[in-house]
Parts: sequence; C-alpha cells; structure tokens
Amino acid sequence: MRKKLLINLAMVLVIPGFLFTVSCAKKTIRADTSLTQQAEDEAAEKAKQEELARQQGIEEQRIQEEAELKAAAQNMFLNEDVFFEFDSAVLLAEAQVILKKKAEWLTNNPDVTATIEGNCDERGTNEYNLALGNQRAVSAKTFLTDLGISGSRLTCISYGEERPVDPAHNEEAWAKNRRCHFTIN
Amino acid sequence: MKKYYIKTICLIIILSFVVGTGICRGGYDYIDITHPFLRKIPIAIPVFKKIYSGDVAERLSKTASDLLSETLEFTGYFKILDRKAFLVDMGTVTSLANANFHNWTSIGAELLVTGGVLIEGNQVEMELRLYDTFKEKLLVGKRYKGLIKDQRKIVRRFCSEIVFILTGDKGFFNSEIAFVSKSSGNKEIYICEFDGYNPRRVTHTKSITLSPAWSSDGKWLAYTSYAKGKPDLYLEHLSQKRGAVISKKGINITPAWVPNKFALAATLSFSGDPEIYLLTGTGKVINRLTNNRGIDLSPTWSPDGKRMAFVSKRSGTPQIYIKNIASGAVGRLTFQGRYNTQPSWSPKGDKVAYAGMGNGQNNIFLIGIDGQGTIQLTHDQGDNEAPSWSPDGSLIVFSSTREGPSRIYVMTAYGTDQRRLLTLLGEQTEPDWSPRMGNN
Repeated sequence: MRKKLLINLAMVLVIPGFLFTVSCAKKTIRADTSLTQQAEDEAAEKAKQEELARQQGIEEQRIQEEAELKAAAQNMFLNEDVFFEFDSAVLLAEAQVILKKKAEWLTNNPDVTATIEGNCDERGTNEYNLALGNQRAVSAKTFLTDLGISGSRLTCISYGEERPVDPAHNEEAWAKNRRCHFTIN
Repeated sequence: MKKYYIKTICLIIILSFVVGTGICRGGYDYIDITHPFLRKIPIAIPVFKKIYSGDVAERLSKTASDLLSETLEFTGYFKILDRKAFLVDMGTVTSLANANFHNWTSIGAELLVTGGVLIEGNQVEMELRLYDTFKEKLLVGKRYKGLIKDQRKIVRRFCSEIVFILTGDKGFFNSEIAFVSKSSGNKEIYICEFDGYNPRRVTHTKSITLSPAWSSDGKWLAYTSYAKGKPDLYLEHLSQKRGAVISKKGINITPAWVPNKFALAATLSFSGDPEIYLLTGTGKVINRLTNNRGIDLSPTWSPDGKRMAFVSKRSGTPQIYIKNIASGAVGRLTFQGRYNTQPSWSPKGDKVAYAGMGNGQNNIFLIGIDGQGTIQLTHDQGDNEAPSWSPDGSLIVFSSTREGPSRIYVMTAYGTDQRRLLTLLGEQTEPDWSPRMGNN
C-alpha cells in the first residue's frame, strides 16, 4: 500500500515533469514547423517573383518583337521601291504587290503622311523625265487611294532624272533608277 | 544687261569713215546662208599694224587681230589662213590704204582684214577694214575708240559689220548663252557670252535648278528650281531685283517666253496631269493651251508667236506637235523614231530642231515645219540634247556627252564645225541661246 503510494507520488512528480518535457518538446516541434513554413513562403514568393519576371520578360520580348516588326514594316515601307519600265508610268504586277503592302502599312499607321518621289533613268531628256517622274508618282498615289488611303495623306514629287540611286550608265543602273521611292513626312 | 550695253555705247565711238562705192548692200552674194553646203571663204587676217611702237600697242595689235580671227572663225563662214603663208609683212607696210591685193589673191585669200592700233594712255583707237581681194575693193571700214579693256567689244562690233556686209544679217556677236552647270555641286544657272567667254553664275539656289529660258528682249530669264523643295518656276529680271515664282501643286516646268510679249508658256501639273498653260510675266494663268490626258510639255514658239511646237505623249510615245494658237488646230510634226523631245523653233521660222532617240542615244535633228526634210546633225558621239538656235539662225548650241561628262557644244545649222564651247567643273547641260541684246 505504501509502495503504491510511493509510486503514485512518483507519478505525480514525474508525469508533470514528463508533461513539462512533452510540452517542451512540443514547443520545439512547433517552432520547427514555423521555420519550414517561412522557407516555403519565401520559396513561393521567389517563384512568384520569378514567374512575374519571366512573364514580364516575355511581355518585354513581345513588345520588342512587336516594335521590331513595326520597324521592319516601316523600313519596308520606306525602303521597298516600286519599279517601272522605260518611258512608262504603268504599275507592273510586282509594283502592285509592293503597293498593296504599303497600303496595309498606311492603314495600320493612320497618323502617317507620306511623300511619293517619282524618278527616271538618265536616258530620256530631262524635262520630259520631270513630267514622267510626276506621272509615276501619280500612278502610285492613285493605286493607293483606290485601296482606300486618303489622298490628303500622300504628296507627289518628281525628281525626273536628277536623283539617280545608281549613277552608272547601264541597264542595271537604269532599272534601279526608274522608281517611286516613299518617305514619311 | 541694259546697263552693260549703254556703257558699251558710251565707251565706243564709232566713226564710219569709208564705205566703198558700188557695194550692193542688198546683194550679199558672198555668203548665201540658205545654202546647205557652205563653202568657207578664205580670209587673211594679218596682225594689226601698230601706229606708234610700244609694248601695249605691240601686245594689243596681236591680241586684237587674234581675237578677230577667232571670232570670225566661230561663225563657221570663214577659213582663216595661216599667217606663216603670208607674203607680206604688215609691219613693213607703210600705208594701210594701198594694199597690194595680188600678194593676197596668190595665197588664196578672197577677203582681207587689216587693222591699225593707236594707243593713247588707257584709250585705244582701232581702224579696221575688210577688203575683197579679187575685186580689189574696200567692203567696209570703221574706226573705233574706247578703253583698252574694251578691245573685245570693238572687235566684235567689227565682226558684226563684216558678217552683215557678207550675209545681210548682223549675226550673234552681242548674244549670250544661259546653261545649267553643276560646278558648285548643285545644278545652277550660268550665263556666258556667245563664244563661251566670261561664264558667270546667276543663281544660288543650292538645289536643283534647270531649264533656263530667255525672254525675247533678253531682260528676263525663266527657269525651274527646287529651291523650295519641289519643281517651281522662277521668272527673274536679270538686272533689276524683281520677278515672280509659280509654285502650284505638282510640277511647274519648261518655260518658253512668247516672242515680244511679257508672257510665257509653261507646263504645270496642278490639275493632276502635265499640261501647257499660257501665263503672264507675273505668273498668272491666262489660259490652258493643251488639253490631253498624258504628258504635254516643252513649248517653243514660232518667231511670230502664232504657233507653238511642244512635246506630247498622246500617241503613246513622246512626239513633237504644232498648235496654231488662233485656230486651236494641233498637228503632229515628227513620225520618225519613238522618242522625240526638246523642240526649238528656228529664228527664221522654217525649221524645228529637236533631240531624237535612236539605239538608246539622243541626237540632234532638224525638221521642216511642214514635216519634210528631216536631217540628223549629230552622229554616234554620246548623247546630244537640248538644241537652241543662235539669234541669226546660223548656229545651234547643244549639250553632248561625247567627251564623257555632259558639256556645251556649238555647230552650224548644217551640223558642221562641232566644237566644245567651254569647260567648267562638273556637268554642263540645257543651253539656251539669248536673243540679240542691245541695239547693235
């Protein structure tokens, strides 16, 4: 009986100690859990940031690519000349393809006004070429207005044979010089 | 321009001291300028005799006689005989009056010009005579007095006398030539005297400037310039600072003054199509002269101003047409070739000079205004363009690439004696010969 009492006493003393220990242990565990959570949160946040950065990168790239495309389209508008046959202001099939692209660009860029420069090769006489250059620019303008571009956005100017791209005196050079060139005002 | 000639008249006192008797002024049987196969008249021009010795007189007698030779040779009428072949040393001849004509006929000279030079301070007195050596007759003699620096004017005046006595026309010795030169790096208008002497720049547009055109009184010059960024027409009084600009939408090009009127024809494209309009000298549109879809341009007037030749593409290729202004009737002039442009109506009114393209090259042609008698004047020597007549109709100035870069050349109206007029830095193009200036 006495022994039982002693055990009980010991139990009373020890158990709370255990309890204490347990509680202590539990506390430690709890502290561990909160640390893990923090790390997880940080990782998530990092991932989120990374994802954001990635998305931002994609967006930036998209914008850049768009800008590049836009610049390429503008360059094409500016650099792709329309060519003609000797003593002719008639638009060839190739010229019409190029002009359709130009019309599209002008439609996508409604604020732009442009100048069409009509040029000739050196073989004709220069007064006549001033008139022919004018006819070439007017041909291109009429084609574009027929595609719905407002005529008020397009100015024609003739340089006749005064501004050759290629100053050589051969068919290759002449073919390059019989052209309409576009500039943005 | 006017001022210049008034000055000339003040400086040079002309004393017409002898005109040989029996000269039939209406005859002009020496040079028939209507004959297509000219024979050059052999002419002897010994060095002028200096009345008193001295360095200035020595130099001037040589330069003035050389200048007279060159100026007469320029006309294409004469064969200047080599002085080395002369049998007479004019320095030893005591009197200019008693020339021994046999000494000249025996070397083949049909004409003889003698001269005497007297220097007093900065003044020169020149006595010049033209003889017919076979008829042993004085044809014309003149005494001129002026400043030494005016010797060129004196020589030219006597050349004019010589040509008048031989052809019945005073020639072109007081005319000038306007042209385009790229000497400055840009195309600008320049003017030189008829023989290429004294070229000077008259525009400073720093842009493309083209197509100079003289008014028939020689006081106005019209031209096209990109000075404001596009081809506009400028009408400019040469000695007074006034003028007008025609700056309509599109091209404003190819001016041609109406003879004896303060009006001009020019090509304007404000309607959308290049058409020829009649304009006042102040640049206002009077009326439209062509009405045809497609290119119409490059007007040139008949000397009476009643008809206008121009270029039109109405038949599919650029060809020359003539419009009668009063009746409005238009007829096609050129049928040969597929590219005929740059018409220039002759001062006598019977022909039109133009540039025609064949085998990819431009050459100068003449055609009668009845469409008959087409003649090609230049052959196989590069591109030959922009013909313009001397005021007497004896010579044609044009541009050619025969020696590489485009230069200004002169030939007779028969295509003979083709020579370069002048060489400046850069290309020279689009010459336009002025009318006779002043009252000479």
